[in-house]
Parts: sequence; C-alpha cells; structure tokens
Amino acid sequence: MMTDNILEIRNLGVRFQTDTGVTNALNDVNFDVPRGKVTAIVGESGSGKSVTANCIMRLLQPPGKIVSGSIQFNPSRTEPFDIVAIRDRDPRIYELHGGLISMVFQEPMTALSPVHRVGNQVSEAILCHRDVSKEGAMAEARDMLRRVGIPNIDTRIEMYPFEFSGGMRQRVVIAMALVCNPEVLICDEPTTALDVTIQAEILTLIKDLQAELSNSIIFITHDIGIVAQIADYVVVMYQGRVLEIGTVRQVLKDPLHPYTKGLLAAIPGNVPKNVRLSTIATAVGDADITTPFPLKSVGDGRLVSLP
Amino acid sequence: MLHYVIKRLGTMVLTLAFISVIVFVVIQLPPGDIVTSTLERMEASGMQASDEYVQNLRARYNLDKPLYLQYLNWIFNFVQGDLGYSYIYSKPVNELVWERLGYTLLITISAVIFTWVVAVPFGIYSAVRQYSIGDYFVTVVALVGLATPNFLLALLVMFFAWEWFGISIGGLYSMEFRDQSFSIPKLFDLLSRLWIPGSVVGMGGTAVTMRILRANLLDELNKPYVVTARAKGVKPIKLIFKYPLRIAINPFISTLGLLLPTLISGEAIVSMVLNLPTTGRMLLQALLAQDMYLAGSFLMLLAILTVVGMLISDLVLAWSDPRIRYE
Repeated sequence: MMTDNILEIRNLGVRFQTDTGVTNALNDVNFDVPRGKVTAIVGESGSGKSVTANCIMRLLQPPGKIVSGSIQFNPSRTEPFDIVAIRDRDPRIYELHGGLISMVFQEPMTALSPVHRVGNQVSEAILCHRDVSKEGAMAEARDMLRRVGIPNIDTRIEMYPFEFSGGMRQRVVIAMALVCNPEVLICDEPTTALDVTIQAEILTLIKDLQAELSNSIIFITHDIGIVAQIADYVVVMYQGRVLEIGTVRQVLKDPLHPYTKGLLAAIPGNVPKNVRLSTIATAVGDADITTPFPLKSVGDGRLVSLP
Repeated sequence: MLHYVIKRLGTMVLTLAFISVIVFVVIQLPPGDIVTSTLERMEASGMQASDEYVQNLRARYNLDKPLYLQYLNWIFNFVQGDLGYSYIYSKPVNELVWERLGYTLLITISAVIFTWVVAVPFGIYSAVRQYSIGDYFVTVVALVGLATPNFLLALLVMFFAWEWFGISIGGLYSMEFRDQSFSIPKLFDLLSRLWIPGSVVGMGGTAVTMRILRANLLDELNKPYVVTARAKGVKPIKLIFKYPLRIAINPFISTLGLLLPTLISGEAIVSMVLNLPTTGRMLLQALLAQDMYLAGSFLMLLAILTVVGMLISDLVLAWSDPRIRYE
C-alpha cells in the first residue's frame, strides 16, 4: 500500500571530514515530505538545507559522507527503496536522477552548459530515461519549453544559454527538471539569484506547474515571504538540525521554537513601523537553541525540538 | 562566421608581412655577408681576390643595392614562388626546401598526434581519479617526461633499440628503402618509423598537456552545469566527455598553433641526433654561412606554417565554442 509520504527521512547524519577538521553538517535529521504537497525547508546559510537536498539526490560529493540514517522513497511508479542504502553504481541512481527526482539549482547562470544548445540540453534529460528517438525527444522538449513560457520557441530552442536572460535560463532549468515528470522536484533556492520581479514570475510558474502535474516539491529557501506564498508544510533547520515542523500556517502564525520566533522577528514588514528590526540573535535572546533536543510531538501534527 | 574568417585572414596577411621584415633584418644582423665569408674561405686557401672580382660578386647577388631594395626584391620573388638561390648548395632554394619541410611537418604532426593520444586519456584519468595511486603514478611519469631533454631521449631510444632489438632507428627509412624511389611499401616503412621521432619530439609537450588538462578538468568537474547534467541522469562516462571535457579541451585547441614553433625547434636537435633529413640541420648551416635566401626561405616558410596553424586552431575553436563564434 502507498503511504502518504513520498519521502521519509530518518536520523540522517552527514559529516564533512577535511584536513582542518570534522564538521557535522547534518545531525539526526528527521522529516517527511507529504505526497503532492510543497514542503519548504527554511534556515540560514550553513543550516544544512542544501546538504539535505544533495543527500536525497545522491549528489553529495566527498569530503561529505552520509554517516547514518535512511531516506525512504515511496514512488508510485516503482518499488519503494531506501536512497541511502543503494550502492553508487545501482541503476536506480540513474533512474532517480531526473527521472523520479529532479532538481532546480540556485544559479541559472552557471547551471547550463555554455557550449550546448538549449534544445539539446533539455531533450537529453528525456533520452536518459526513455527509449525515444532524438526527434521525439526534441519535440517533447519543445512542448515543455513552451509550457514554462519560453517565447519564439523555434529560434530559442536552437540558441545557447548565454543568449538567454537569467529568468529565461531558470525557465529552461525548470523545463529540464520537469520534462520527465518526476515524482519529486527539489528547488534549491531557485529564485535567489534572480531579481524581484523575475522571482515572482518563476514562483508563479512553479506553483502553476505543481498544480498541473501534482508532483511533490521540496522548496529550499531562506526567504520567509516565499515560504508563505508557496509552501504547504515548513521544516525549520538550524546548524544541521531540524527545529520545528508544521503546516505553513502553524509555523508562521504561531512559532513554538525560540529560533523560529527569532527568524520571524527578523523579517522586515513583520514589525510595526518605526521599530528597529532585530537580528535573529537578539530576537532569540537567551533562549537555548543549541542543545539538540529530539523532536517531540505537540499535537496537530506539529513537531518541535524543545525539552 | 564568414565575417570572422575574413577578419582572421586579414590579420594573418599583416602578421606575415611584419614577420618577413623581421626575418630579413635578423638575417642581415650578423656582420658580413656571403661575399665576405667566400673571401675568407678564399684567403684561407691562399688565394687573393681582386677588387673587381669582389664587385662582380656583390653585383651578382644584388648585394650592392640598398637594403630596402634587396628586401623588396626578395619578398616580391618570394610571393611569386621564387625562393631565390642558395649560395652554399649552388642550387635554387626551391629544389632544397620542400622535401625537408615536408618531413619536418610530418614529424611535427605525428608529435602532435602522439601528444594528444597519450595526454588526453591519461589527463582525464588523473583528474577523475584525483589523488589515487594511478594519479600519482601518471604524475610522476609526466614529470620525468617533462624533465628529460628530448635529444637525450632520442639518444636513449637509439641506444636501447640497438642494444635490445639490434635495429638502427636513425633516419626516416629502413636501409633497404633508403635509395629507392617513392612507392607504397616505402610509405608504410616511413609510417612505421615515424612514431619514434614523433614520440621523442612530442614527449615534453605530452607531459605539459597532461598536467594542464588535469588542472582544467578538475576546475570544471564540480561546476554547476556538470552537477545539473548528473542530476538529470547522464551516466558518468558520457557526462565527462560531453560536458567538462568539452570546456577543458578548449585551451588546447587554441594553443595548437603555438605548439608548432616549439615542436619545430625541438625537432631541430632531435633530427640531428636521429639523422633525419628535416629542416633543422640545413637551417643551421644556412644561418652560419649567411646563405641569405636559404635561411630566409626556411624562416619564412616556418612562420607561414605557424600562422596558418594558429588560424586553423582559431577556426576549430570558434567551431567548438559558440561563445567565441558569436562575439
């Protein structure tokens, strides 16, 4: 039977061992990704958001190493499996990459190869996963590029990424990620490198496509405004740990963890006019946010890391 | 693209005109000319030359004219295909240079092929398996190759070929073909022996190419576009060849033309050691004897080869990298 969660992450631990020492990038991370919903992971830089995404994609590079835990993946198209447990050369890795789970990266400027045509790069994603002709793949790529809003498709498809603007490139990256209709789409700060008006367009695009394709989305960001716009569930991370999990309404309206409260207090617009905006640190104050308390259930499906 | 080609051809002609002036000046720089060196030889053998004889000699070689006229005379004939007359060989330069230049080109091309065939796979291996035993091994071998002067390598190869296999690898042809006219078996004989000077001349370049390719590839391997490609499901070997290698190889394409002069000067010493009928030795003789037309023709033809090599590598680069094509 199918569970309601497409991904169940349990006790995930990641360690970076370098010449200068050992960093525990993730400590005992636990959260679920509900099927067909948008789950946002929020946190500061270095909180472990992207490392978590790379673990799910099995893209973690040395010196990073998964040292504990499991990521149970329950796709509807194939048998469930634990992403952490499969070997590097397991064919399921290639199925996972772009077929079952896709990723949209932060930097549309560098995420595309500068020397290959846009049509080639998008259709390659299809050719990696399905047994279709090059022409067939190109036709599907063209459809997908049209759906993400690329104008003048016949000329654009023959062009190179450096002839596109940042927003257009991000649309291409999104088309590339969605062209095989993956069950999970991971968006790793997809709008951070874009200017504000383009950000809004890209967010609307992701939301519309999600409504249409009903895949599950993990949306990584440090922008609470974006979380409020797009997410159904929120996971708050800090220093490689999960501090709080709940629906977007629960977490944003009624934060339980002092760090979440601090994070929300540090957003412009959340405080009355003429009041000085606090930093996260001053808003957190003396509250203990560094002791790793295990997540405990506080009702309504909410989880929080408090004593 | 056409515009780009025309522009490049234009600069090429200008460059060559400039080089021709330099070549002419450089040949004139040492004191004296062919007449003084002839007179010295005559005096050494106890003969006395009359002033009239000297005047006649100078007039015959156009040496009594002002320098710029000599230059114009030379370059005008040169572009028409008349390379002048060699004093020391007493033959038209045309009869002397072409075959030798052909062999030089042949050895240079085989050196380039050797360089790439060896350096590219090992460079890739050493980047992809960075800090593995294999990487260290390849690095050590490359450094030894880099540190070995190629004339020394030529001597070693000759010595061991004779010691172990009892064969003489000097010259471009085996004994039995040496005096025959050109034929298909002779061609095969040439090709079977070409790899020796080719690999000897190409050795140093191979080591450098391998190290640079490793560094370039390491820079590219973790670029976001490579991660994106991996994230869409491209398998490892195709991933490396299609994405980072395509970019990492570009600097080599652009320096392919520059490789030519280095290889040609490296070839000069090696061909003396290996007794090869290439340009090196004759060029040296011509320069020593102040044989103006022979030396000038050699230098000019090598310059043309280099400039054409640069043009070809620029065009290949423009074909392989759209960012250059569209500028």
